[in-house]
Amino acid sequence: MRPEPGGCCCRRTVRANGCVANGEVRNGYVRSSAAAAAAAAAGQDFVSLYQDFENFYTRNLYMRIRDNWNRPICSVPGARVDIMERQSHDYNWSFKYTGNIIKGVINMGSYNYLGFARNTGSCQEAAAKVLEEYGAGVCSTRQEIGNLDKHEELEELVARFLGVEAAMAYGMGFATNSMNIPALVGKGCLILSDELNHASLVLGARLSGATIRIFKHNNMQSLEKLLKDAIVYGQPRTRRPWKKILILVEGIYSMEGSIVRLPEVIALKKKYKAYLYLDEAHSIGALGPTGRGVVEYFGLDPEDVDVMMGTFTKSFGASGGYIGGKKELIDYLRTHSHSAVYATSLSPPVVEQIITSMKCIMGQDGTSLGKECVQQLAENTRYFRRRLKEMGFIIYGNEDSPVVPLMLYMPAKIGAFGREMLKRNIGVVVVGFPATPIIESRARFCLSAAHTKEILDTALKEIDEVGDLLQLKYSRHRLVPLLDRPFDETTYEETED
Amino acid sequence: MATATEQWVLVEMVQALYEAPAYHLILEGILILWIIRLLFSKTYKLQERSDLTVKEKEELIEEWQPEPLVPPVPKDHPALNYNIVSGPPSHKTVVNGKECINFASFNFLGLLDNPRVKYNSCTSIKAAALASLKKYGVGTCGPRGFYGTFDVHLDLEDRLAKFMKTEEAIIYSYGFATIASAIPAYSKRGDIVFVDRAACFAIQKGLQASRSDIKLFKHNDMADLERLLKEQEIEDQKNPRKARVTRRFIVVEGLYMNTGTICPLPELVKLKYKYKARIFLEESLSFGVLGEHGRGVTEHYGINIDDIDLISANMENALASIGGFCCGRSFVIDHQRLSGQGYCFSASLPPLLAAAAIEALNIMEENPGIFAVLKEKCGQIHKALQGISGLKVVGESLSPAFHLQLEESTGSREQDVRLLQEIVDQCMNRSIALTQARYLEKEEKCLPPPSIRVVVTVEQTEEELERAASTIKEVAQAVLL
Repeated sequence: MRPEPGGCCCRRTVRANGCVANGEVRNGYVRSSAAAAAAAAAGQDFVSLYQDFENFYTRNLYMRIRDNWNRPICSVPGARVDIMERQSHDYNWSFKYTGNIIKGVINMGSYNYLGFARNTGSCQEAAAKVLEEYGAGVCSTRQEIGNLDKHEELEELVARFLGVEAAMAYGMGFATNSMNIPALVGKGCLILSDELNHASLVLGARLSGATIRIFKHNNMQSLEKLLKDAIVYGQPRTRRPWKKILILVEGIYSMEGSIVRLPEVIALKKKYKAYLYLDEAHSIGALGPTGRGVVEYFGLDPEDVDVMMGTFTKSFGASGGYIGGKKELIDYLRTHSHSAVYATSLSPPVVEQIITSMKCIMGQDGTSLGKECVQQLAENTRYFRRRLKEMGFIIYGNEDSPVVPLMLYMPAKIGAFGREMLKRNIGVVVVGFPATPIIESRARFCLSAAHTKEILDTALKEIDEVGDLLQLKYSRHRLVPLLDRPFDETTYEETED
Repeated sequence: MATATEQWVLVEMVQALYEAPAYHLILEGILILWIIRLLFSKTYKLQERSDLTVKEKEELIEEWQPEPLVPPVPKDHPALNYNIVSGPPSHKTVVNGKECINFASFNFLGLLDNPRVKYNSCTSIKAAALASLKKYGVGTCGPRGFYGTFDVHLDLEDRLAKFMKTEEAIIYSYGFATIASAIPAYSKRGDIVFVDRAACFAIQKGLQASRSDIKLFKHNDMADLERLLKEQEIEDQKNPRKARVTRRFIVVEGLYMNTGTICPLPELVKLKYKYKARIFLEESLSFGVLGEHGRGVTEHYGINIDDIDLISANMENALASIGGFCCGRSFVIDHQRLSGQGYCFSASLPPLLAAAAIEALNIMEENPGIFAVLKEKCGQIHKALQGISGLKVVGESLSPAFHLQLEESTGSREQDVRLLQEIVDQCMNRSIALTQARYLEKEEKCLPPPSIRVVVTVEQTEEELERAASTIKEVAQAVLL
């Protein structure tokens, strides 16, 4: 059950959004001069490239608080980061760089779960060596002459890491979904996709040509009903039986912080003979006692998941994506995946970074660094979430998920929260419509094993202050702060007063 | 007071009942009885016939058998076993254990393995990438919107915009995703796109994602395109209101990957202004190849770059890096920062690859002579490969990536593929690394015939080019006759 704010907060949020509609009146006076000039330059009689109402929201709401996004950085995105300061003299329509650099900003926005975003250490040295030897690019596709020995090594390692028969790696995580789902399903198949799935899964499902049905977020009754109806009634109108049913879910949902109910999904999939496609973009490396992802977190068998997909961007400090599964699946993808035929393969230093970081997590490099990172992340997650709940904020998501959305609700608070936190030297990510429902704007913290307790405490102190300043402590359930000190006579005496 | 009025009304009613005519009372009585009957009778359910019982549903669920997730792949599938390249895929490369000269990687300017070739610049690409690696690490750990924008990215965008002489440029972290995200950002359902039949797969996927009306015109045939545009104009005149909100786009490639031919850009620009359709130009093969300074097909023809609405290219060919970019006017490009799916929802390009691309641009700017050298070598090998019995050269003489197709097909595509693979394997045995052009046979809209892809780079010496030509001639004669 999600905590809900008081009713008057909801009403105020809706009213605040309604005020934005006033912008429509303003628009009548301020038909942007930029648009007029561009229309003249584009040539008369051309149909205008953009519809006015399409970017209404962009011009009126997004533009005013645009300085909270696309903040350029100039250092490694570790626990602390250097942000380039920018200023705007025309209400965020354009930015100028002042030349100052805000140093040592606490980074609560980068996806650096296990802390492998580093510019020193064994991973960086190995990547540098491979860069010297192989160069940066590849200039060919996997099926032509772009398949390096490094790629074969990587895929073997990924298969061992996940506990599956075989794996295949791709150059971009987004493209892994959008290019492989169409290879697996087509017309006459059914895709059951979670309400809050990522844009790459939605695009892949659309490009495949299969029928898509959406079930409520993490709601097993909704999924079961769809499965039952699909098998009993078949395809719409013709009533032919479906060729295949594919269920698309994610390990951790990046905007909610919730973890998929994997045991129940697998039970349903077995009962109804559907196939399961699990996107572990955020959960690989971040969940489970040895960082093997959501399958290990629930103690399940990786063979139960038909297609295990994930990315190397978040927990391995590199880029790219992978798919793991049975050998037949991978053989099929090697021959039929759009990416293997038309897209360039992974760059060699990136491959080396993945290999080194994966070996580190598995403990194969001879150190216990990997294990420590996984444990540190789990501790940081529990500590951070507990303290935020004690302070009285509304936090979404599962207790163990390192993605922590803090609810803001009001559209004005999106900009205020982002700016206030930056003033206090903390970089956060704030999200509003259309990434989230219009009344559920939030700030999203991504915890990292690189965050020490001091960093977290500093951040929490500032969040507390800003929370009081902006009145963000909506929670009506106050957690009693845990006593960190052992129970002795002095404690007893204090509570007597 | 209320009860008094109520009683008074009741008395009035009873009196009315006595005074009413008989037929009126009978009619009302019948109506009331009819209503009561309707209320209590069984409703006529249409679903009654097709509603299944729980038991029947369970049986259906038991009986249903899905197809296997993937069909089995035969062990001898031509694309199953990849060539394994040990070490860098540079000019002299080791493929499947054999040392070969590379005629298959799109490394046109030889920038993949830069320090070996002596150019005038002080730093090399590898050194620049190494410096970036030491400063930023490998990954960016976030999309551009969430602390994934590095100063290197902003630098690269700036440099590309200056190099191409446009207002702004935007970079993507994957070459395929560049044009595949750019097209759906502008063209939506109801818009019309005129695209060449030989367009590459990335363009086809972008068009599919956009859900617009696609009209294919014959490859490089401007008369056919004009015919389609005229037909559309007639349609527009029938429905001017709809025409006022329907956007029109023409999508072409500078140098076509599938045929090695160049697009007739001056005629296209004329058609653009005549029929008010915007041009999207895909320059993956022609960027860094055509034109006096390598600016692509616009420079080659001397066309003002502002006439083209969007130029998209990937940095994986001439620039020997990873990723892609789009450039054009700010008014057009800025839109992709919020609507380009591959830009907003994906992690940004690793900084070391961006630094490598910047250094490659530096080299291109400092050594404009390499483009003439490349052109000459292309011409040389084109001439040398003419007249091979059984194989014909498909592609123009200034295209560095062209095809060798069978002069006469055997009739079955599989057989053709096998013959060409035999030629490729034998060439590999004689130290010339070639590859077949790979396609997804079931997914392509207009599947090109099977062919061998030959790629020319500046690093190949004249003697190597001659050797390659003679090797291919000999092998083709042996295999095909």
